[in-house]
Amino acid sequence: MSPNDRSLKARHQAFPIHPGRIFTWTLLFLGGVVMVTPILFMLSTSLKDASQVYDLRLIPEAPSLDNYKVVLSDGRFLRWFLNSVIVAVCVTLSNVFFDSLVGYTLAKFQFRGRYLVFLAILSTLMIPTEMLVIPWYLMASSFGWIDSYWGIMFPGMMTAFGTFLMKQFFETVPDEFLEAARVDGLNEFTIWWRVAMPLVTPALSALAIFTFLGNWTAFFWPLIVTNSRELYTLPIGLSSFAVEQAIQWEMIMTGASLATIPTLIVFLLLQRYIVRGVMLAGLKG
Amino acid sequence: MTTALSARYGLIRGNLSLRQKRVLWAWSFLAVPIAFYSIIRFWPTLEAFTLSFTDWNLLRPASFVGFDNYIRLANDPLFWQVFRNSAVYLLIGTPVSLVLSFVIAYYLDRVNFMHGFIRALYFLPFLTTAAAMAWVWRWFYQPLPIGVLNGVLTWLGLSQQPFLRSTVQALPAILAPAIWAGLGFQVIIFMAGLRAIPLSYYEAARIDGLSELAILRKITIPLLKPTIVFLVVFSSIGFLRIFDQVYNMTFNDPGGPLNTTKPIVLMIYQTAFKSMEMGYAAAQTVVLFLVLLVVSLIQLRLLKDH
Amino acid sequence: MRLRKIIAGLAFGFSFITANAASAVEIEYWQYVFDTRVKAMDQLIQKFQAANPDIKVKHTTFPYAEYQTKVASAITAGQGPDVVQLFYGWLDGFVSGKLIQPLPKDAFAQDKIEAEFFPIIAAMKRNGEYYGLPTAVRSLALFYNKKLFQTAGLDPNKPPQTIEEFIAAAEKVAKHDSSGNMLSEGFAMDMAGQDHQWWREVLIRQNGGVPYTDNDRKVVYNSEAGLKALQFYVDLQKKLKVGQVGFMDEAQAAFKGGLAAMTIDGTFRLGAFSSIKAFEWGVTELPAMNGVRSNYASYFANAITSKVTGEKLEAAKKFLAYVSSPEAMDIWMKVVGELPARRSAALTSANLADPIYGPFLKGLEYAHTTLFVDEAAQRQTAIDMVNRVLIQNQDPKEALAEAAKAEQAIIDRAAK
Repeated sequence: MSPNDRSLKARHQAFPIHPGRIFTWTLLFLGGVVMVTPILFMLSTSLKDASQVYDLRLIPEAPSLDNYKVVLSDGRFLRWFLNSVIVAVCVTLSNVFFDSLVGYTLAKFQFRGRYLVFLAILSTLMIPTEMLVIPWYLMASSFGWIDSYWGIMFPGMMTAFGTFLMKQFFETVPDEFLEAARVDGLNEFTIWWRVAMPLVTPALSALAIFTFLGNWTAFFWPLIVTNSRELYTLPIGLSSFAVEQAIQWEMIMTGASLATIPTLIVFLLLQRYIVRGVMLAGLKG
Repeated sequence: MTTALSARYGLIRGNLSLRQKRVLWAWSFLAVPIAFYSIIRFWPTLEAFTLSFTDWNLLRPASFVGFDNYIRLANDPLFWQVFRNSAVYLLIGTPVSLVLSFVIAYYLDRVNFMHGFIRALYFLPFLTTAAAMAWVWRWFYQPLPIGVLNGVLTWLGLSQQPFLRSTVQALPAILAPAIWAGLGFQVIIFMAGLRAIPLSYYEAARIDGLSELAILRKITIPLLKPTIVFLVVFSSIGFLRIFDQVYNMTFNDPGGPLNTTKPIVLMIYQTAFKSMEMGYAAAQTVVLFLVLLVVSLIQLRLLKDH
Repeated sequence: MRLRKIIAGLAFGFSFITANAASAVEIEYWQYVFDTRVKAMDQLIQKFQAANPDIKVKHTTFPYAEYQTKVASAITAGQGPDVVQLFYGWLDGFVSGKLIQPLPKDAFAQDKIEAEFFPIIAAMKRNGEYYGLPTAVRSLALFYNKKLFQTAGLDPNKPPQTIEEFIAAAEKVAKHDSSGNMLSEGFAMDMAGQDHQWWREVLIRQNGGVPYTDNDRKVVYNSEAGLKALQFYVDLQKKLKVGQVGFMDEAQAAFKGGLAAMTIDGTFRLGAFSSIKAFEWGVTELPAMNGVRSNYASYFANAITSKVTGEKLEAAKKFLAYVSSPEAMDIWMKVVGELPARRSAALTSANLADPIYGPFLKGLEYAHTTLFVDEAAQRQTAIDMVNRVLIQNQDPKEALAEAAKAEQAIIDRAAK
């Protein structure tokens, strides 16, 4: 049962309307406006030229896309954008595949050692990434993975969190469905892929959203493992760009906007799924 | 040869019970992941422990130094400063963001008019990239004549504040964007938790004549305990591992001024990747691991009490 | 007839190109990201490859912050660059870690190096061997904004020559609002920029002291001279209020934004400042104090990494020889603004008379070079020292003693 099943209307009948509600609403709304102010300031400054930057009005006097033209002109940002997309998509696909495969196996198969495997994977949740970074760096160095897509991606190809989440969801899939497929003579892989997976799509989308967002904004590991500018992901590229710009704020804001706008657009298009996905992951996780 | 093998294989297969076959399937599903977790998670964990007992620094071969790195850490005033900073990030960040997000979620849950829009306003910062927004906030905190916040302060007739140039204000100033970015996520989780509480509980309470405050205290908060514990664990770990904001907002003087904003991850980063003292850095990661372990265990204990 | 010749020639040329492409040696060159340096090196590589079609040079760059670590880890793993750029202050680590090899004497004769390069090349010599050669050297100078000078009633063609003139100019140009907030700096203060070098190698010496002894392995600036130098620096903000650390985030931003009349910076900043359109700026030697002039010089050198042998070594030798040739130095100076490392290429009468290069070159003659063991960490001690005084109001004397102790500990640890 998903938490959204109960309609809003039903809930609101439970709370009687009184004048205080208008006050509450106004406060909530103002709070929300404060929340997005930094984003609005960033976007608005990216449309200003250098002489207007310190004019604190939110609506630019003469908005122009010139900064974007300058920032995008040498193709660096496009390259970083592309790198981020490649890395985030590959890691997300890998997580969706492996985390659910493992989660399914642990939820639906009976075998000796199952609990041990589950505990072992779960225990990795306790190990902070920072602890693994030095060994990973050595590993990447000796295998020649430094400064490559694979080098950026390999630590995150599977996660205990995703596995745990998927296991929780596969446990809610009735065994009868799977038995019926077995009777039909499907092999176990096909049963998982064709029968079980479609039954947990909300969980899969939640996992995908989290993994994608996590990798899209990842900073620490890509900072360490990338060398050449061509391999930077967007956050690393932006950070180096900001330093290199010697504090030209309008340019930095333009770069920051370029890093932010894509996720904002995706959110506006998929708001319902994303919010539901976050709720699901939060509740089961 | 090959035919003989496949014949034998066929024989074995034929002899397997359905149950055994499924066990085989299970292990074949787990083969790659087990290899992954062994090579990418467990082996490096052991290696980090091992490295922490060496003086390895990339330039010369490692030699075993026993507990030297840990002794050095215990005697390093910077480490204790960093430890304190991390604790402050945690002890301010977690309660502030939890209380704020609960209040917002509690009231937002009752709002019907433009509910989705207001929720989106709170949620949007969660989708931003910390490294990008750190620069936006860094600009906000600049002194006059360019700083946005100081511009507002002086416009209001107040005196300008040093923010990132202060040993007192810098840490909260860096914490603010971290809280800001995580708030939307916590609001959503709280709302999910609130909705999971059966309405009949509230109705029964109202029939009993309980006030709104009493309902909140006696029904809502106790029933939200799993959600609260989850969020406390989740955000504590997040604040203990803060890095992106600090790295970008104090780029010229990392963790400054005077190390008052330096969190443990930044110290690890600098020790390992700037001073190249890998052994010493590994010891720091082990300490971070232990701290996280203790914090998680305490919090899991709280969950158990429930 | 003619046509046929051309075709034959073309065909020959083609076979030549393809034959060479097949047998081309590829060597990899690493340096850190700095826009103009990358541009200059790209030009040099292009010219080098045109002259040596059988050698290809791959140019890799990444940020300064992680540069040293990445070089070290790549080379120890048997990968990474064949020719590498390194800061002179890193040499000890690179040599003891066996990351780089001594320059082959057949291609780089020692007596020639010593005769042709500026004496600071000595920082590249260990155990009787040279390990690298610079393309360019850098020194410091005082940049000033002519427009702000003029508006404040100062002669834009007579920049301050002594510290008294410097202070007078800074006080005249600095602007505050009615509540005392800084609006425009007389001098852009930034310990994280070049001011720590100014303090260490210039101000301390001008006050009659020395920062270090024993080949820079012993910190001795916890002295009368060190204190005077520190007091002078912090007074710029505390007493004279002509500058403010953190104003406009960093000194170069303040200067670039036209909100600081003066800043001390290196030759490497010329490229970035050349894009300034809003005002004219000039360069002059660092102001003299107590009749003493001093400067800080540094350089990045190029070296051949230890793993390079055989035909790659031959290629690396050729490449290294080219990037330290007078021609390369000339290109480097035009693109990056750094001074040629060879005396003959640097001290031309045209360069000495140049209003921009002149002051830097003059500075080079009396410059000192700090032999850092860990430049970032040693810089940090200076940043912290000034912050303790400016933010925490610590007594400069204590701040100085604490800094000296911390820096000595860094040096001692590295020596172990």
